Amino acid sequence: MNTILTLKNLTKKFGVLTAVDNLTFTIEKGHVYGILGPNGSGKSTTLGMVLNVVNKTSGDFYWFDGKDSTHNALKKVGAIIEHPNFYPYMTAKQNLDLVCKIKNVTNAKVEEKLEIVGLLDRKDHKFKTFSLGMKQRLAIASALLNDPEILILDEPTNGLDPQGIHQIREIIRKIAATGTTILLASHLLDEVEKVCSHVIIIRKGVMLYAGSVDDMNASFGYVELKAKNEEFLMEILKNHDWFEKIKIDEETGLTKANLTKPIEAEELNKMLFEKGIILSHLVKRKESLEQQFLELTKQNA
Amino acid sequence: MLRLLNIEFHKLKYSKSTKVLSIIYFGLFTFLALFASIKFNFIGLDFQLADQGIFNFPYIWHFNSYFASFLKIFLAIVIVSMMSNEYSNRTLKQNLIDGMSKKEFVLSKFYTVLVFSVVSTLFIVLVSLILGLAFSDFTELSIIFSDLEFILAYLVKLIGFFSFCMFLGILVKRSAFALGFLFVWWIFESIIIGILRFKIMDDAEKTGYITQFFPLESMANLVKQPFTRLNVIQTAANQLQTDITSDYGVHWYQIIIVLAWTAIFVWASYRLLKSRDL
Repeated sequence: MNTILTLKNLTKKFGVLTAVDNLTFTIEKGHVYGILGPNGSGKSTTLGMVLNVVNKTSGDFYWFDGKDSTHNALKKVGAIIEHPNFYPYMTAKQNLDLVCKIKNVTNAKVEEKLEIVGLLDRKDHKFKTFSLGMKQRLAIASALLNDPEILILDEPTNGLDPQGIHQIREIIRKIAATGTTILLASHLLDEVEKVCSHVIIIRKGVMLYAGSVDDMNASFGYVELKAKNEEFLMEILKNHDWFEKIKIDEETGLTKANLTKPIEAEELNKMLFEKGIILSHLVKRKESLEQQFLELTKQNA
Repeated sequence: MLRLLNIEFHKLKYSKSTKVLSIIYFGLFTFLALFASIKFNFIGLDFQLADQGIFNFPYIWHFNSYFASFLKIFLAIVIVSMMSNEYSNRTLKQNLIDGMSKKEFVLSKFYTVLVFSVVSTLFIVLVSLILGLAFSDFTELSIIFSDLEFILAYLVKLIGFFSFCMFLGILVKRSAFALGFLFVWWIFESIIIGILRFKIMDDAEKTGYITQFFPLESMANLVKQPFTRLNVIQTAANQLQTDITSDYGVHWYQIIIVLAWTAIFVWASYRLLKSRDL
């Protein structure tokens, strides 16, 4: 039993607007997934449906092997959606005790989890006195109470200051290191790039890509070159099968070319030198997730 | 069921407003009872409410259950706010994400309504027993335990009323608006009854056949006003040669109507919650 969540043609319509359109993917145990998409692309709606708070219009989803009801399966899931929601008049510990009662687990781990998120010294303070960063960390502690099979985080760093963002990322990294499956929805690409091994990209409710971060870019990166004789350089690049999409970048004046093979910079330099070109600039780069994301969303616009 | 009650009471017991309102509710209960038993010195005359026969068994069951039901508004506030706060704190959403089903959520609230009603009823029984044993002219067991149907009617009335509050809390999502809606509904019902009585039917009895099915009216019908049963009033009425006897009894079909409303409110609460995207 390694599949945690299965979605089959899941669709949600709000009136004429289709927020989530025929989404199909699976979440496997042990990976860190990122759901990526601009604001309003349907990430939260998708999570809302699988978490039992938004009614689906059509399609299907099931947790684990699909034998248990959704609300019982959710007892084995830890999830935070957007804002941390707790009872303002209760203390941190009282709030977590309540979550234990709902999830049907003992409250033995409350203090341990508060320790993980660094809130143990504030456990007897009322929730309403917490800062947003502390509320968000309490929400993570709450999601961890049942040692979940999967942790779902929806925009966990939204609205936090840089320090808060850093704390949350550290916590996520720690949890990921224990082998917990994580599903992270975000519009912050660097966030996803830093922690996720797999991505699902959604735009306007339609899935554009699902797979590992590495496979997402089938290309072998690109090179930025500069030489005195630009035209000659262009000609050589165009006639060589290592390169494609050759162009001169207007901003920097560098010649850019995508690689078609895994070629080392050394090798490339040697080849060009033999052809009589002396480079004054050579950089080999992998496309960042951001560039790939923009590329993908542009292609499908 | 115990798990759900446990969850709900965990939510309630730390809430200051719930505590204050519950204390006011049960405090006023006791206070009113004490008040009635105090002797007043009224223009040189000793006057004691208790001497007027209001604490005589079995009349006391009727009298107390009628008056105690005025206080139910305090618990109504608790119930409305325990529903609507789940919306305003967005904790309803979190409860569902944590693995509570929508059905369990409504049930946990309804069980709480039941507990509040049963505790109130036990309380009224206790207060009435104490007052009755202290002031009643008759203390034979058979008399003490007659007319207990008023207590049953009181219980059903509270369950019905609180279920209505629960439904309004879910429907309106804001406690102040929900209580306002309750008040507006009460006025609305009174106006409809007035129009039926004086314009359309022009007959009190026929109107009663229809209006007994209205939610608030059906609850009011369960325990009717007890004044005209008082000896003092009866004597006065006899002297004025008017007949003021009316039907005080608790009828089984009235109980059925209120229970039916209760079922409708609980079911409607569930349907409403189920159809909503949170």
